[in-house]
Amino acid sequence: MLTIKKGLIHLGRYSMLMGRVLTQPDRMRMFWKSYVNEMFQLGYNSIVIVLIISFFIGAVICLQIKLNIQSPWMPKMVVGYTTREIMLLEFSSSIMCLILAGKVGSNIASEIGTMRITQQIDALDIMGVNSANYLILPKIMGLMTIMPILVTFSVASGIAGAYATSFSGMTTIDELNEGFRYSFNQWYFWCGIIKAIVYAFIITSVSSYMGYSVEGGSVEVGKNSTNAVVSSSILVLFSDIFLTTILT
Amino acid sequence: MIQLSHIYKSFGDREVLKDINTVFENGRVNLIIGQSGSGKTVLMKNIVGLLTPTSGRIMYDDRDFVAMTKKEKIMLRREMGMIFQSAALFDSLSVLDNVMFPLDMFSDMSYEDRVRRAKLCLSRVNLQGAERKYPGEISGGMQKRVAIARAIVLQPKYLFCDEPNSGLDPKTSIVIDELISGITHEDNITTIVNTHDMNSVMGIGEHITFICEGRAEWTGSKDEIMDADNKKLNDFIFASDILRQAKQLHDQKRKG
Repeated sequence: MLTIKKGLIHLGRYSMLMGRVLTQPDRMRMFWKSYVNEMFQLGYNSIVIVLIISFFIGAVICLQIKLNIQSPWMPKMVVGYTTREIMLLEFSSSIMCLILAGKVGSNIASEIGTMRITQQIDALDIMGVNSANYLILPKIMGLMTIMPILVTFSVASGIAGAYATSFSGMTTIDELNEGFRYSFNQWYFWCGIIKAIVYAFIITSVSSYMGYSVEGGSVEVGKNSTNAVVSSSILVLFSDIFLTTILT
Repeated sequence: MIQLSHIYKSFGDREVLKDINTVFENGRVNLIIGQSGSGKTVLMKNIVGLLTPTSGRIMYDDRDFVAMTKKEKIMLRREMGMIFQSAALFDSLSVLDNVMFPLDMFSDMSYEDRVRRAKLCLSRVNLQGAERKYPGEISGGMQKRVAIARAIVLQPKYLFCDEPNSGLDPKTSIVIDELISGITHEDNITTIVNTHDMNSVMGIGEHITFICEGRAEWTGSKDEIMDADNKKLNDFIFASDILRQAKQLHDQKRKG
């Protein structure tokens, strides 16, 4: 009962905060500046980790399928086909966003939480600036803008990883090509993009809420950063079920 | 002028402010003093609108701040400047960008004019040459001076300082006090300083409100404080040996 009450309180506070965030910025000039900066900070700085993880996961998925699923009864293109579907439908959108929830979520929560405890947010409020809008909206918009690019990079890198396994001699480029092209449904790519945009909103808004509502000192900032990662990961997984049901 | 009438503030069952009535005149340095936990920070937060009083009125030159709409409050806040205990500078911005921030948000000045205005404010607090540094690269005293420059850049009518000398050495504290006092008189600002620094009280306290256990126990000036016969005030002000001896000397002198 207490947990439900606590959850409802958080939901109410989160909704009220989003009400303040999703309004017209006080000064568009400042918004665009922060927006570009956040795209760089949250998105551009995540490209390397996205490329590395996707490359190796793509390669590992390909090898696992080759080793565990393929048999003389299965067509050879199954390896490429399955790798492509996993990358498009789940890994590059959902799993990649779970990884980013850890990196980006803790970054956002600790940044805003530190601003809260050092009275920087109070300073904005005293100036008459809508601090929630000024700090959070560029982060939400920035990650939502850059996320489709990250997903595309992730898919491409995963496929490249799968191709790389051909150097081991366990797969060939021809059979992978056949699998990657087999029965390709373009909608699956767009499903991944749509899911990633929704997850980007969840990660940034939940993490910002956790940072914005810090009360106390550095210990609370740490706790809320952890809570931000846990909460946004759980919400990403819940919405994955919901989005998968309605999109595919 | 800022006038407080019958201000009460409670957190649950705990009453922190009890019937505060006082007037902060413009062109003067108004001090709120009191020991830690007396309610002076809560009072300051109520005055600037970070908290809302449980009851009472806060008048900014005949404008009732408590009764204002959110939009009206935002407009009034643009007439305020505030210096926080921790300076509260934006870590990600340079000194110049910190001072320019209010101009970037609220003025239609050109970029060159904004830079000129920010540099002028930095020169008023003797910080020429530090424009490109970041808050983490400068001393606590310099951070406070940047905070003063940022607070005055929009030429506010009301200046609020929450323990501006906290964590500073006595010499730097005097510099900060003199800056606040100088700016108040030159620009005819209504300044309210929240402090428990006795040097500030004796140095710049033109109008002092002593808060004890949530009540305004005594009001007067630095010249009147030595002759005050309020026991709680005397226990607070003359807590140290040096000040107690100074008080005894003053009393002996007065008696002849």
